[in-house]
Amino acid sequence: MEWLTEFPELGRRDLRDFRKGIDQGFKEFTRSYGENIESFFEPLLHFLIWLEKFLLATPWPLFIAFVALVAWLASRSIKIVVGSAISLFLIGFLGMWEDTMSTVSIIIVCTLLCIGLGLPIGILMSRSDRAQGIVTPILDVMQTIPSFVYLIPVVMLLGIGKVPGLLSVIIYAIPPMIRLTNLGIRLVDKEVLEAADAFGASPWQKLTQVQIPLALPNIFAGVNQTIMMSLAMVVIASMIGVTGLGQPVLKAISNQYLAMGLLNGLAIVALAIIFDRISQSYGKRLQSYRRGLGE
Amino acid sequence: METKIEIKHLYKIFGDDPQTMLQKVRDGVSKDELNDQYNHVLGLSDINLKMPAKGIQVVMGLSGSGKSTLIRHINRLIEPTAGEVWIDGENVLSMDEKTLRDFRRNRASMVFQKFALLPHRTVMENTIYGLAIQGMAEKKAEKHASHWIERVGLAGYEDNYPGQLSGGMQQRVGLARALATDADILLMDEAFSALDPLIRTDMQNILLDLQQELHKTIVFITHDLEEALRIGDQIAILRDGEVIQQGTPQQIVLKPKDDYIADFTKDINRGRVIQLKTIMKAPNDKAGPELSGEMLVEDAAQLVTESPSSQARVTDDHGNVIGVVGINDLIRAMARPDIESRLEEL
Repeated sequence: MEWLTEFPELGRRDLRDFRKGIDQGFKEFTRSYGENIESFFEPLLHFLIWLEKFLLATPWPLFIAFVALVAWLASRSIKIVVGSAISLFLIGFLGMWEDTMSTVSIIIVCTLLCIGLGLPIGILMSRSDRAQGIVTPILDVMQTIPSFVYLIPVVMLLGIGKVPGLLSVIIYAIPPMIRLTNLGIRLVDKEVLEAADAFGASPWQKLTQVQIPLALPNIFAGVNQTIMMSLAMVVIASMIGVTGLGQPVLKAISNQYLAMGLLNGLAIVALAIIFDRISQSYGKRLQSYRRGLGE
Repeated sequence: METKIEIKHLYKIFGDDPQTMLQKVRDGVSKDELNDQYNHVLGLSDINLKMPAKGIQVVMGLSGSGKSTLIRHINRLIEPTAGEVWIDGENVLSMDEKTLRDFRRNRASMVFQKFALLPHRTVMENTIYGLAIQGMAEKKAEKHASHWIERVGLAGYEDNYPGQLSGGMQQRVGLARALATDADILLMDEAFSALDPLIRTDMQNILLDLQQELHKTIVFITHDLEEALRIGDQIAILRDGEVIQQGTPQQIVLKPKDDYIADFTKDINRGRVIQLKTIMKAPNDKAGPELSGEMLVEDAAQLVTESPSSQARVTDDHGNVIGVVGINDLIRAMARPDIESRLEEL
C-alpha cells in the first residue's frame, strides 16, 4: 500500500530538468528579445525621468499650491484642501520631499497607464462574455500571485530599474480598474439602453453618451483603487530599483532604523490619504445628479 | 381610413429553437403545451393588425399578453420569429442596420413606461437626445427642444435633473424627447401606467390636446381599459399573444366578442364611450338642442335634461339633423348591460 502514502511525484532529476528547461527557454527569449522589449519601453522611461525632474524642479510652494487647487476643484471641501497642504508641508519639513516627488511621479505615470489600458480592456469585457471569460482568470492570477514571483521574469527581461518597477506596479494595480469598468458598464440600466436603441443611437454613441457616463462612478472607484494599490506596491517595487519613498523603507528594514522606516511609511500613508480623499470626493460629486427632491 | 402600419402574420417565440417551434405553433400547438412540453414561450401568435394613419391605435391586454413585445416589433427592438411589419410600403423587419437606425432616428420615436431618461442629463439635455443622435447642431436642437418642453408644460425646469422631478414630470420629459424628433410615428409603451390616477388623466389630456394638432400615428399600449377607451381611435385586445378583438371603442363596448372581453367591459362607464349617433332614433318634429352625432352620451345627458322637450336633435358634420335622442335613450345607453336580467331577478 505504499502508493497511497507516497505521492507519485516526478523524479528529482526529471523535475530539475523540467525547471531548467523553463529557465533556459526564458533566458533564450530574454537574450533574443530583451533588447527589443527594452527599447520598446524607452519612451516610457524618458517620460518617467522627465516627469520626476519636472516635479523636482517645481518650487515646493507651487507644488503644494497646485495640489491644494486640485483638491479644491475636485472636492470643494476646505478640510481636504488644508489637510493636503499641511501633510505635504510636513513631508518636506521632515526631509522626504525628493523621495516623495519620485513616488508621486511614478504613481502618476502608473495611474495614467492603468486608465489608458484598463478602460478599453474593461469596455471590451463588458461587451463580450467571451472576453470576460478570458480576462477574469488572468486578473485573478494578477491579484493573487505573490508580487515577488512576477518580479523574477520582469527583472530577467528588463534588468533592474524604473521601467521594470513600473511594470510590476501596473500588474498589481490595474485589475480593479478593469473590473470596475466592466462592472460599471454592465450595471447600466437596461431600460435606458433600450431607449438609446429606440432613438437610433449607434454603438459608439451608446458607449460614449450613455454607458460610460453612467458607469463613471464605478470607473472612478476603480481609479481610486488603482492609486491606492500602486502606492502599496511602491515599497516592493523599490527592491528592483524604483526610487522614492520605498527605498528608505527598504534601507530601514535591513538596518533596523525604526524612525526612518516609520517616517517614510507615514509619508506613503499621507500621500495615499490625499489621493484617496481627492479622487473619492470627485467621484461623489460626479453623482450629484442622483440627489432627488426628497433628499 | 388610410393604413400607416400594417402587421402581417407576426410570430414571436422565446426559447432556444424558435424556428422549429414555429412550425409546431402553425400546426396548432397551444401556448400552454409549448410552455410545458417544449420549454418555449409563445410571445406573439399570428398577429395581423392595420393601424390607422394619424390616429391613436391602442393595444390593450393584461400583463403577459404580449403587448409590450408587440410594440417593440414596430421599431424592431425585438427581432421577430416570423412575419412582416409594413410602414409606408417598407418592411421594417427586412431593413439593414443603417436603414433601421435612420428609421428609428427620424420616423418612429418611443415613450417608455419607466421613463428611461438619462439620469446624468438635465431636462434640456434629455429632450435634445434624439436630435443630437440625428446629428443636429446643439444650438438649433436646444431651440427646437425648448418649444416641446414648453408644450408639455415644463418651461422653467430645463436645468433640472430627472431625479429632481416627480414621475408625472419625468414622463413629460419622455414625451417631449419623443416629440422633438418630429417622427410621425409615436410608440407609447404603457407610458402612463406608472403614474398616479390624477396625473394619468392629466397626461392623457396633454396627449389628446397635442394629437388634435399634430395628427401623428400613435401606438399606445395599456393594460387599463378605461384609458384605452378614452384615448383610442382603434383598439386591439390582446390575450396570450393573440389579437382577440379589434375595433372602435364603441364596438368593443357594445359588441364584446367573447365573455373575456364582456367581463372587462361590464364595469365601464358606457356614457363616456357611446356616441349619440349610435343610439339615435329617426328624426321627429319636436324641438331640442342640436348636438353633434359624435358627442358622448354622458356629455349630452346634462344638456338634454335641461331641454324642455327632454330630447336633442342629432346632427352630422354638416349640421344636418339626422336623428333624435330622448332622455330615456340616454339613460338606457348608460345602464350596465346586465341590468335587465338583474331587474328580472328582483
